[in-house]
Amino acid sequence: SRRYDTKTNAFSSDGRLMQVENALEGINQAGSSIGILTDEGITFACERDVSSSLLELSKHSEEIFCLDRHVHCVVSGLAADANLLIEVSRVHSQRFRYSYRENIPIQELVRHVCDIKQRYTQVGGQRPFGAAFLFGGWDKTFKFQLYSSDPSGNFAGWKAIAIGKNHVAANSFLKENYQEGMTMTQGLDLAVKALCKTIDTTNPSPDKLEIMYMTKNEAGELVAKTLNEKEVLELLQRNNFQVKQKE
Amino acid sequence: MDTVFGFVGKDFALVATDCGVAYSIMRFSDTEDKIMAVDDNKLFAMGGEIGDRLNFGEYIQKNIHLYTFRTGIKLNVREAANYTRSELAYAIRNGPYQVNLLIGGFDEEGPSLYWLDYLGTLQKLTRGAHGYGAYFVSGLLDNWFKPDLTLDEGIELVKKCINEVQTRFLMSQKNFVVKIVTKDGIRVI
Repeated sequence: SRRYDTKTNAFSSDGRLMQVENALEGINQAGSSIGILTDEGITFACERDVSSSLLELSKHSEEIFCLDRHVHCVVSGLAADANLLIEVSRVHSQRFRYSYRENIPIQELVRHVCDIKQRYTQVGGQRPFGAAFLFGGWDKTFKFQLYSSDPSGNFAGWKAIAIGKNHVAANSFLKENYQEGMTMTQGLDLAVKALCKTIDTTNPSPDKLEIMYMTKNEAGELVAKTLNEKEVLELLQRNNFQVKQKE
Repeated sequence: MDTVFGFVGKDFALVATDCGVAYSIMRFSDTEDKIMAVDDNKLFAMGGEIGDRLNFGEYIQKNIHLYTFRTGIKLNVREAANYTRSELAYAIRNGPYQVNLLIGGFDEEGPSLYWLDYLGTLQKLTRGAHGYGAYFVSGLLDNWFKPDLTLDEGIELVKKCINEVQTRFLMSQKNFVVKIVTKDGIRVI
């Protein structure tokens, strides 16, 4: 049913939306991202698609984005598509804050983004967004939450999830090794181990990995921290990875 | 002119309104309930133009209920008050709702009272009033209010306020409706 590929919004004869499935395939070629939910908070670990020494990376993260002070997201897939949706979600979050003077419930933010993604699978003849997200954050109703969304507009809540390259291997690894009631440190360990499984190497280099976590400090405030290169190095060494030194 | 007043006690929020509906030189009704219940823990006591009061009140009530149906999350009083304010603020430059409200509610932050007016003003208060009656009861509320009022003390204060308005206000305000919100829900006194 190749000939049903070209029209994005038509069902193929066996009841599938080929364009959406192609988009999902596209995500599976992209750099991988892992999200882990623990009682103490959320960890994101992702692989940088491109890390040339010519790239000015010091301030800008390609993968991890702050949507509001209480929710962050990680992207796998087409960066340009993702940027648009990130902008949309930031505006939606602030608009909610204007009306209600409160953090937007994360589920509502995810639902809004997914509604937009779904529209492009049904209306207009335009291709779907080639970006999958992991959303993580804290709100007062459900506390720490982790959601994934894909180009079809589906979303789900997870305890641990991997998307992107080799996500099947990573997800089965997570399924075997995830435990309830992990601490933040254990979550970070699990995330980095799962990520290295997707990169399929036992000597990863820190500049290829981006790791961040969200947790509450002693004062009960939400803090989000991206690990710098030294901390990533320590994390890798703590988990017995032979780290490839930068040339 | 509608009299609306209210205050916050130890574990309850109380709002009261008069029951009169007047048009031009005529009194239509003496039994109008101007306090709308939103969810089971918020009371919207409204005064102002009759049509706007009903229309705006129902509009806000339904929108807040819609939010709960859509997301499964109940808005707390602060969020509901801010939402109401944002609707009033939008309308002021398009086609104002001539409604002044007191929002009394009880949520995880305890009892609270919010004073809103038709311009989009919002203020969290321990005691407040709208309408011509406000000129009469503000002094009483200031004088007799203290933090952590019990329900009985609160009812005493309400009686004083109603008495004052009935004695001294130009227009006859025969009946009043008084409602409270506690952690157990809404009750009519």
